[in-house]
Amino acid sequence: MTTKRVEGRRRDHKVFIYALSTCGWCKKTKQFLRDNGVEYEYMDVDTGTMEEKRAAVEHLKEKGAPLAFPVIIVDDNRVISGFKQDAISEALGL
Amino acid sequence: MTGLDDVRRRAEADARSRGYFLNPNPGFLRDLLEGLLENEERYGYPSCPCRLASGVFDLDRDIVCPCDYRDPDVEEFGSCYCCLYMDFDTHESGQTRPIPERRPVEKQLAAYGEEGEEQLAKEGVPEAEAPAARRLMYCRVCGYTVFRDEPPYICPICRAKREMFSEIRPSLIFRTK
Repeated sequence: MTTKRVEGRRRDHKVFIYALSTCGWCKKTKQFLRDNGVEYEYMDVDTGTMEEKRAAVEHLKEKGAPLAFPVIIVDDNRVISGFKQDAISEALGL
Repeated sequence: MTGLDDVRRRAEADARSRGYFLNPNPGFLRDLLEGLLENEERYGYPSCPCRLASGVFDLDRDIVCPCDYRDPDVEEFGSCYCCLYMDFDTHESGQTRPIPERRPVEKQLAAYGEEGEEQLAKEGVPEAEAPAARRLMYCRVCGYTVFRDEPPYICPICRAKREMFSEIRPSLIFRTK
């Protein structure tokens, strides 16, 4: 599992998503960001090795995020759990 | 081999049997069914597409679709966690939203432990396999009887809430004179 970057014209915020490759809500989140031209990085945790999964869970704990996908981390500090469109829009100024 | 049509038919049949509906958004529904199929191919059982499975069946039992949490979630929020199943009102309105995770954190953490088997060795057999903690319980409304640690969230037969379950104590039944 590697972090993948999706290019976009909006780069004013650093956006990182912990996702699952099989998850419908995660796909909606990625689609929403793409539709809005937001550049983001993501990691599909389910496709990773156990070590990578552990690193992900440690990072999520450190951020105080729940283990529910997707988790959207904006600028390394704001954590949004789930595809909450309004919260994402507000955090990114969309 | 299971294909996408099989997964769809299975979900449709299950929804019908419970009076539920599948996600009305064709793209969303397809994503979820594909996720279930992917998990079935990956793990050997269709675990919830929106949860991280450990790959060890005993640790993932509760999230094999339809998951243990579906009925209480549909009851409380109108849809299940991944939004595959929903009630009539949610289906008609098309107003789907993410809902909170009901699955206990300890169970979620199993997917991040050592490779599954080691996890089992370390933490012992999960609750589903631990007869010592199990109790015999029955639904006071319809008589449905279960043998497990906790009563179900909702009676799968008559949909009574879990508070309607009482423990059956064999000592009371087989009391001698």
